Amino acid sequence: MADSGVTDGSGRNEIERAKSEGKELTKEEKQRLRKEKKQQKKTKERKDDKASQESEKEKKPLTSAAPVSQPPTQTAIQKAPSAVPVPAPVSVPASEAPAPADKPAKSKAELKAERRARQEAERASKQGKKGETGQQAATGKPKAPPNDLQPVVKRLPEHIQVDNPDVLKKLAKKLERQQIPLRSDYGYKVSLFSHLHQYSRKAPLTQQLSIPSTVIHPAIVRLGLQYSQGIVAGSNARSVALLHAFIQVIRDYTTPPNEELSRDLVNKLKPYISFLNQCRPLSASMGNAIKYIKKEISNIPSQCKEEEAKSKLLNCIECYINEKIILAAKAIAKSSIEKISDGDVILVYGCSSLVNHILCEAFEKNRKFRVIVVDSRPRLEGREALRRLVQRGISCTYVLISAVSYILPEVSKVFLGAHALLANGYVMSRVGTSQIALVAKAFNVPVLVCCETYKFCERVQTDSFVSNELDDPDDLIVTRKGKTQLENWQQVPSLGLLNLVYDVTPPDFVDLVITDLGMIPCTSVPVVLRVKNVDQ
Amino acid sequence: MPGPYKETDLTERVEAFLSDLKRGGSGMGPLRGSAETARETTALLRRITAQARWSSAGDLMEIIRKEGRRMTAAQPSETTVGNMVRRVLKMIREEYARSRGSSEEADQQESLHKLLTSGGLSEENFRQHLPALKTHLIEAINELLTELEGTTDNIAMQALEHIHSNEVIMTIGRSRTVEAFLKDAARKRKFHVIVAECAPFCQGHEMATSLSEAGIETTVIADAAIFAVMSRVNKVIIGTQTVLANGGLRAVNGTHTLALAAKHHSTPLIVCAPMFKLSPQFPNEEDTFHKFVSPQEVLPFTEGEILSKVNVHCPVFDYVPPELITLFISNIGGHAPSYIYRLMSELYHPDDHEL
Repeated sequence: MADSGVTDGSGRNEIERAKSEGKELTKEEKQRLRKEKKQQKKTKERKDDKASQESEKEKKPLTSAAPVSQPPTQTAIQKAPSAVPVPAPVSVPASEAPAPADKPAKSKAELKAERRARQEAERASKQGKKGETGQQAATGKPKAPPNDLQPVVKRLPEHIQVDNPDVLKKLAKKLERQQIPLRSDYGYKVSLFSHLHQYSRKAPLTQQLSIPSTVIHPAIVRLGLQYSQGIVAGSNARSVALLHAFIQVIRDYTTPPNEELSRDLVNKLKPYISFLNQCRPLSASMGNAIKYIKKEISNIPSQCKEEEAKSKLLNCIECYINEKIILAAKAIAKSSIEKISDGDVILVYGCSSLVNHILCEAFEKNRKFRVIVVDSRPRLEGREALRRLVQRGISCTYVLISAVSYILPEVSKVFLGAHALLANGYVMSRVGTSQIALVAKAFNVPVLVCCETYKFCERVQTDSFVSNELDDPDDLIVTRKGKTQLENWQQVPSLGLLNLVYDVTPPDFVDLVITDLGMIPCTSVPVVLRVKNVDQ
Repeated sequence: MPGPYKETDLTERVEAFLSDLKRGGSGMGPLRGSAETARETTALLRRITAQARWSSAGDLMEIIRKEGRRMTAAQPSETTVGNMVRRVLKMIREEYARSRGSSEEADQQESLHKLLTSGGLSEENFRQHLPALKTHLIEAINELLTELEGTTDNIAMQALEHIHSNEVIMTIGRSRTVEAFLKDAARKRKFHVIVAECAPFCQGHEMATSLSEAGIETTVIADAAIFAVMSRVNKVIIGTQTVLANGGLRAVNGTHTLALAAKHHSTPLIVCAPMFKLSPQFPNEEDTFHKFVSPQEVLPFTEGEILSKVNVHCPVFDYVPPELITLFISNIGGHAPSYIYRLMSELYHPDDHEL
């Protein structure tokens, strides 16, 4: 007699046997049942909302370990102490049944009916609650079978729940298990963003690792350091670096004696991913790449030999990089060049590898245009783009983002890169992109976003607060004319610095998205995602 | 006889003021706020009135106009100088008319009715010598000076009418008027201020430190994050360098973006500007509107190899059209941008728009 597949197998078998034989449950079995139910209840109730439990408690008087005289509908049921006085077996079944029945024999039938009713109610309410609570107990509940319009069971990612101490405790425990150091937050966080992590660049995670690190592959350690110091930046660069690191990991991997490659390799990758996440939160493109790799690994048939499996995986990864990144860039450049005409003045923001590629290709095809590079503090990535374009011989102008309304009357087109495209059509990109799109719209200049399809993501977001990344706040400090105004910002209690990394651009500011599947409007992103899912 | 002495003393002072203006505008000399400039200009004009040799109002107006042209030429972007000169000219006209006894309180604007009924040109040439004019004028200029002293306080006194508790207010760069405004409100209310740093000069940092020392919860953001955080902002309060004749602004660069973002989120944009910033200029004069400083602020010389191949711009001001502005708060109260032309006609005479 189990709640939907939660109790341990052995107990269930015995009890089912008892049920099928029509025998009365023995005292021990009943006690065991009760204990199991109590444990489940406790784990569930610790996380679920109290209010939503009210209705259920009426149907679960089993958990009332407290004195028998308790009426069934009590909030006190939740606070039932774990140490249940075991010698109350006779009275407890009596309190279960609404009809006071002393003889266990009589209550058995009623118990059965009750339990069935309770199960149905629990199942129904659980389906409903799955959407509300973010804390899913790791109890292995079976996922709903994938239908076309089945509500997806989504777990809220940890990195946007930093203000919830339970989540932090869970994360700490998980990292301890995987033997990865926990990175501590730095500095005063603006209250609007207290749900996000804020790290300092001066304290990289790798300093807390022991040398040599036995848990984490050295290629991954190096990658993590490169991420956290900003040496590898930009979503394409980060994804490619990640995939190359994984190639290294797979090459050096050997299957331990009693394990299967498909399961063990995935488990080996998990601590690496946690480590990289700690160094710098994963980008959407990296997330998609990791999903792809995990799928490929788990699809490896068990009779495949190790060498064969490894070469197959390496091949897959190389293919992925080639198709999704390199060839996609070529396809996008080809379609974008049609959009660039002679005499154009093109505005670009920051350093997007894809947009730079497009401009260089267009210049080689002898299009006559000039480029205006807009840059912003504190990252000043536009200088890198400026260097690359000037090297090719393209004539460039350089301004800061505050001068964009001065320079926009000269501009004929705006090309922007994207970090991810969200399922509701919003473009997630470097902070400042939405501003440029806004001002361009005010001046009636067309805005074109260039993005590969592997960056499309199923998340939805409407503002830049709920999910973002906070960079080191000390980056905003600047020394001008010998004076550093914000030097002691930590000492001043009411002063905070905010260094956002991403922002979202609403789709009405964007005129066209150029992808490797063609030129689509912003609102067609969920269509592309659906087509991709069906293909896979 | 202290006559010639006075004159050389006067010319010395004027020269000193002009060189100050020239230096201050290039960012090298001591940075002074517009209020200070206005006060110094008015004090100088008072001195000119007192010490220069003139016999009739027309002479004085000529002298002041000449000096005014020199002063505005020294630093065209510093419009408060020209505004003060025009105020004084208007005062001279008024005093003259009052002393003459004619009831010129009526609208001085040209109207068809006036043209036809007055029968021929009633041009004033201000040649009549009026003995008490000098003392009256100096009194009037003193009044103007006291008005100037009190502008910031007058504006700050209105703060509690516009700011309520638990608001999030956004501002950009550094404006002494807005600083006083917010500090006054912070004495009674608790609210949060977000300051956009306004690169490349980063004056927002100074503003933030000053506000946080007064106990106001302040956050500094980069310019690029203005649109990202705008959805949580209740009001945008900014200062400006000049208020133009059509109700638009000439403000520090980045303000236009801020105004567009506020309009997109339907957040009210409030401009704290004292009356002496009102200027009869229009924004159409493209070549005189913008002011540029050394692009070294934007792309420093350390980026050597690419410097010669790239055009770098560093504009100082931005034009904000009047449709994006909700309210002007000045020392005489609050106005809508559509009312600015009327205020201007009270402060300046149309003949003085061109010095």
